[in-house]
This record gives sequence, C-alpha cells and structure tokens, in this order.
Amino acid sequence: MIEIRDLHKYFGALHVLKGINLDVEKGEVLSVIGASGSGKSTLLYCINALEAIQQGSVLVDGTDVHAKGTNINTLRQNLGMVFQQWNSFPHLTVLENVALAPRIVRGLDKARAREIAEQQLVHVGLGDKLNNYPLALSGGQQQRLAIARALAMEPSYMLFDEATSALDPELVGEVLDTMRLLAEEGMTMICVTHEMGFAREVSDRVAFFHQGIMEEISPPEELFGAPKSEHLQKFLSKVK
Amino acid sequence: MDYNFHWKPVIKALPELLEASLLTLQVAAISIVFGIVIGLGLALIRLHMTGPVKWLASAWVELARNTPALFQLFFFGFGLGSFGLHLSPYMIVLLALSFNNAGYLAENFRGGFGAVPETQIRASRSLGMTAFQAYTRIVIPQVLRIVYLPITNQMVWAVLISSLGMLVGFRELSGETQFFASKTFRIFEYFAVTAVIYYVIVKLILGASRLLAVRLFRY
Repeated sequence: MIEIRDLHKYFGALHVLKGINLDVEKGEVLSVIGASGSGKSTLLYCINALEAIQQGSVLVDGTDVHAKGTNINTLRQNLGMVFQQWNSFPHLTVLENVALAPRIVRGLDKARAREIAEQQLVHVGLGDKLNNYPLALSGGQQQRLAIARALAMEPSYMLFDEATSALDPELVGEVLDTMRLLAEEGMTMICVTHEMGFAREVSDRVAFFHQGIMEEISPPEELFGAPKSEHLQKFLSKVK
Repeated sequence: MDYNFHWKPVIKALPELLEASLLTLQVAAISIVFGIVIGLGLALIRLHMTGPVKWLASAWVELARNTPALFQLFFFGFGLGSFGLHLSPYMIVLLALSFNNAGYLAENFRGGFGAVPETQIRASRSLGMTAFQAYTRIVIPQVLRIVYLPITNQMVWAVLISSLGMLVGFRELSGETQFFASKTFRIFEYFAVTAVIYYVIVKLILGASRLLAVRLFRY
C-alpha cells in the first residue's frame, strides 16, 4: 500500500505539490489526470524519491521513502517506473536492457536474469526482438521494452509517467494494451496520463490535479460523469 | 642541384629505426591510457565538484590545452630537473604526453557527458541502481562511444608530438633518427624515411581504431 500524507514539494520558490493526501491500495489502478504543470508527474517522482520532498511523508508498504535511514535502492526495486521518454539504454541489446538490473541490482546470476528478462519481453510482445538494439525499434516497442525492464525487477507497484505522450498516435494503442494487460493481471498501478479513454476504462479510481492540489478523486464513472470541481469540468470540456 | 642521395646508410639503420618506432608507439599508447583515466577523472571533477579540487582540475585542463606541448615537455624535464627531480627521458616524455592527453580528453569527456541525457540516469536509478552503477554501466559506455574518435585523434597526436622527446634526449623514433643523421650527415634521407614510418604508424592506428570500433559499438 502507498500512503501519501500532507505531501509538499517545491522547486525553488515554486510550490508544485500543496499538501497531497492519497492512499493507493494493493491491486488498485489509479489514473492521475490534469493539465501540464499540475504536479502529477512530480507526484510520481516523489513516490520513488527521484525528487526530494519538503514536507509530509510517503510510505510504501510501511517504509518511509524519504526517511534518512531508508535504503532507496532497495525500495525502488519494488516501484517500477516507466517514463514519457522511454529511456532505453542504447548501448545494450533489448535482452540486456532488461537483464542488466536483475543481475547487478537483485544479484541474480546471468542465466537466471536472462531467463526473467526473456519472460518479460515475451510478456510485452517483444519475444522476437531479443537481440536487436533499441534504436532499431519503434517508439511503441521501446516503451514496451521499458515496461518489461521495470517488470523484470518484479515490483509490487508500477508508476507510469505519461507513458504514451511521446508516441506517434498509431503507436499509442500497443502500449495502452500492455498497460491494460498488467492491470488485468492485478498489478498495482499509478498512471499519470492524458489518455482519458484509458483512465475511464481501466482505472479503479481517477484523481484530478490542478495547480498542485488534488481537487477530485473518485471512480471513473463518477469523475467523468459528474465532475464536481469547476476546474475539472473545464479540463474535461477541453480534452474531449 | 648537386646533392647526391645516399639511401644505403638509412637502409642499414632500418632495424634500429623500427625498434625505436616501437618505443614511440609504446610511450604514446601508455600515455593514452593514462590520458583516458585521468581525463575521465578531471571531467567528472569539473562536472560534479566545487572548490579547490575543481580549480586544480580546471588549471590542468587550461594549461594542457593552452600552452605549447614543447613547454610541457620542458617542464617535466628541465623544470623538475632544476628542483632536483631528475627523471629519465622516457619518464619525462610519458608524463608530459599523459598530462597533455588528459587535458584534451577531459574536455572531450565533458562534452560526452553532456550528450548523454540526464533521463538515462533517472531511468537507471528508478531500477534500483546506485549512482555508481548508473555511471559505470549506463553513462560511461555511452560517453566512450561519443569520445571514441577524439581518443583516436589524441592517440595520433601523442605519436606525433612524442617526436619532441628527442629534445630531452629520448631515443624514440625521432631521437634515433637524429642520432643516425648526425653521425652520417644524411639528414634529408633519414628524416624522409622517418616521415614515412610516422605516416605508416598513424595509418595503422586509424585502421586498428576502425576495426576496434566495429567490435565495440554494435548499435
């Protein structure tokens, strides 16, 4: 379970997150929507400590992410992350991209790491690309590679930071299908997204962020069907 | 023109010249290895540290790049010598070349680090890698590819400026040539042949570098 309490984040003088309180249960799929700059991506970075926080706390399975004594590298193994820019490692083959962290972070032997990597690559539909280099793949394939790479750490949670925003329109579908597949398998997911269709169909709850405040959070039918906040109504009328 | 060419003495001295060119190649190669390791360190210091250590690294780069290689050689030879530190000609050339290589390569590395997106580190760290693992496994391999050509150029440069070594009494290819030329007064013939040997060495380095690149960088 992820518990976020009174989370405040500043970039210099800019107050990006203004007291976020949020619980994400095991097995839940939460979509986070909102305009650019509303703080939704920053929220993800605060959950796996790629960004420091100035106030409040984030607990992952009871461990305080931002506490001094926390081993952040161990913790991150449990929090898979997929970025907007897919960030494949260009100097490694597809298989090596996925097998590297299991080997050097989890300490698995080479054969076992490759086995897991291959499993996950087949899982996301890249079983025929194992020995290619990422630059030979399409954006959609590279993003699925990034998903497989995160999954190979066998995390309990997956954080998606606008995973489809940088893709050509015709490639968005394959990545969303992969995310849908994970959701069906019961993965706990927090998806920052601009794909309203995905948020509506796949999520258990949807959160709406506006200028650093979580203005609304509810099941998708409710949030999209009867938006309460004025900002959300405006936002939805623009993205539809 | 009534100059008569005499190539015979040069041909007789060829084994010695070839042996001396191995010495040239050796000192240049070792100095490149030092240059890469130290240059990488200097670049990382300049990128990530502040205060006196950074100033020292910057001073190194500035001096290596903006003063004549000959002066650098003289510093390690006569400069240190006047403080009572007398090094062998081999060490003088090795140190001067390493100093010079490190300064130039540091700037190349710095550019290389700038060319690898910050997000590569974020992605690595998000997988649980330590900062050290992210650097050694993800960033530096990509930087090495970017600076591969500059390293090759620096290697060629090291071979060519090692010829200054004869001025501190080092008997590498140029020193050996000078030695024979002054013994026989066949100065033109000796240096013409030596120029050809340098040319061949450089071509061999470029060819080897190209072959190695194919093996190292498959993407």
